[in-house]
Amino acid sequence: MNKATIDLWVGIFVTIGIGAIVFLALKVGNLMSLETKPSYRLEASFDNIGGLKLRAPVKAAGVIVGRVESVRLDPKTYEAVVTLRMDDGYQFSKDTIAQILTSGLLGEVYIGLEAGGDPAMLADGQRVAKTQSAVVIEKLISQFLFDKASSGPTPSTGPSAK
Amino acid sequence: MPADAIARGFRRVGNGTMRAIARAGFATRFFLAVLYHSPAAFHRLQLTVREIYFAGVLSLVVIMVSGLFVGMVLGLQGYDALNKYGAGDSLGIFVGLSLVRELGPVVAGLLFASRAGSAVTAEIGLMKTTEQLSAMEMMAVDPLARIVAPRFWGGVISMPLLAALFSVMGVFGAYLVGVRLIGVDSGTFWGNMRAGIEFWPDVTNGIIKSTVFGIAVSLIAVFEGYDANPTAEGVSAATTRTVVGGSLAILALDFVLTVFMFRGLGTV
Amino acid sequence: MTAGHCGPRKAADTIDSLFFAFLRPLHDASTPRPEAAPACAVANAIEMAGVSFGYDRRRPVLRGIDMTIPRGKVVAIMGGSGCGKTTILRLIGGQLRQQSGRVLVGGQSVKELTREGLYALRRRIGMLFQFGALFTDMTVYENVAFPMREHTGLDEPLIRDLVLMKLHAVGLRGAAQLRPSELSGGMARRVALARAIALDPMLVLYDEPFAGLDPISLGVVGQLIRQLNDALGITSVVVTHDVYESLKIVDYLYFVSDGRIIWHGTPEDVRHTADPFVRQFVDGQPDGPVPFHYPARPYVEQLRAG
Repeated sequence: MNKATIDLWVGIFVTIGIGAIVFLALKVGNLMSLETKPSYRLEASFDNIGGLKLRAPVKAAGVIVGRVESVRLDPKTYEAVVTLRMDDGYQFSKDTIAQILTSGLLGEVYIGLEAGGDPAMLADGQRVAKTQSAVVIEKLISQFLFDKASSGPTPSTGPSAK
Repeated sequence: MPADAIARGFRRVGNGTMRAIARAGFATRFFLAVLYHSPAAFHRLQLTVREIYFAGVLSLVVIMVSGLFVGMVLGLQGYDALNKYGAGDSLGIFVGLSLVRELGPVVAGLLFASRAGSAVTAEIGLMKTTEQLSAMEMMAVDPLARIVAPRFWGGVISMPLLAALFSVMGVFGAYLVGVRLIGVDSGTFWGNMRAGIEFWPDVTNGIIKSTVFGIAVSLIAVFEGYDANPTAEGVSAATTRTVVGGSLAILALDFVLTVFMFRGLGTV
Repeated sequence: MTAGHCGPRKAADTIDSLFFAFLRPLHDASTPRPEAAPACAVANAIEMAGVSFGYDRRRPVLRGIDMTIPRGKVVAIMGGSGCGKTTILRLIGGQLRQQSGRVLVGGQSVKELTREGLYALRRRIGMLFQFGALFTDMTVYENVAFPMREHTGLDEPLIRDLVLMKLHAVGLRGAAQLRPSELSGGMARRVALARAIALDPMLVLYDEPFAGLDPISLGVVGQLIRQLNDALGITSVVVTHDVYESLKIVDYLYFVSDGRIIWHGTPEDVRHTADPFVRQFVDGQPDGPVPFHYPARPYVEQLRAG
């Protein structure tokens, strides 16, 4: 086995090996280029974020426009403050609503943005004013039971939605 | 006398432990010495290139064929299980995640330990038996720099590449079975897979895992060869230890790494 | 001719000695043996004083060895199997370190050398291992070229000439492209000898060079040892238990038994000595100071018991 043949085969091996890694990165995984694109941050606070995970997508009209960057608890208001990293290419109005949604019945939890009509846009670091928390199944069930119970002899006043 | 037997038992355990610890210490010094001599392995790049050929290129067939078959089986079994929950469309992401995160690094690592690891151990052990290592020492050439370090680095470099190739062949095999044979929609297959596998952490963790496995297996292989008893039985025992020890190390490290890497996912 | 071996060898000295050694036919017995003419202070190539060593500290293999090997001589170390002869070679080469006593090679204490010092010393020692220890993944040519490529900066054409010279000296220039697996035992031994003298060492150590050879190869190896020693002006230490071949070529002999030197002298002395061990060894008597029977209970007693 002479030197030239060995060099050739090793070269081929290393090339297809690195090619395999690149293939896995691009075609099998999704090399999210959002980390390298210019981006800005928005904040939103929720009563309950439900099953929202870090790096969950932020979607508007079903299109991914950002990712959840971090979550913390505000010690004064006891609300969850979520930081969103948004793609620079998409601007949202100041009266945008942020909702915590589930894709499908048991799918992944994500944040959906519904833009409003305000001509002024949210800038880096600003807070989305209107938010809708996650639907927690237990609360739904207890609400249902409460409704059922109170729709007995006395008329119910109904729970107030927030 | 039972007391005698118990005492003897304790002494044996104690002796065995002492010897194991001493061997572990020797192995650590050996590893540091190999690292110390590694620059020489890269100065004479030809030596390392040659070892990449023997460890990596000669394992290509085994790795790629195995990858193909594992992928095909994953496709079959995976579809069978997923279909029960109406989740047949998730075949792509199931296969992709299994391979990239776990099966690629681990199975390729096990195959590598048996094929390349045992070959390296046998080669170094045989050189020790026929006094070639001694002869080299007496010619003022350090065998650690000339024989051991290139083989170590050849293994370390080959492992991640082989694991990636294994995963790719596996995905292809699952594609053959899932899309061509069973009839899962091609777009769904690839689309779900792409949506579900992140470059970071899935692919990169897979690469990190396979690199760690490569270091462990290569180190065990060169150490066992260097430390082998210079007889026929000694080399045979050393080769066995490489395959068994390397495989166990891979599985144990896999557990440890998985806990560290994938524990963080899904939590806030 | 050959300059003193005390200082570092210069390339000019190497080429000088090569010219002298190999362009003159070695099989010509009428060639006068050149004087080894060292012009330096150290008269002895090797000195061992009170050396004791054991692989297992409780069971010493060597006990208080005293040995002096002068420059330019061929010295044999003889003894039964497993008596420590190879251990002596390893102590000289620095592969082992003695537990007590001094080992001086060329005036330097081997035990106290740094790693660089040890490697510098080893570049001036050639060693012929039992069965050759050739590198099996290289050809004969590459084996002999190995020390040159590792330690000298000589370019390939010059190395080629040197390798062919060395192979010519041992009679195997035509086998340069063979692999070690294609060589007979005797040929492998000779290639290993060519490799051992590749860098013109000042000292060559032979570990059982005669073991397992046919009569012709025995004669060839023996003659090569002697002639290379004289032509290159080196010192040779031959560890062996082949009495007949040794007596033909050596200047001095040491007999080792049970970890001690029990006799030493010239080949003439060997023929005339009355020392029982030497006589048993040289004459090949089955029983004598080295007993025939492995220690056991008295025969009649053991038969009666069973």
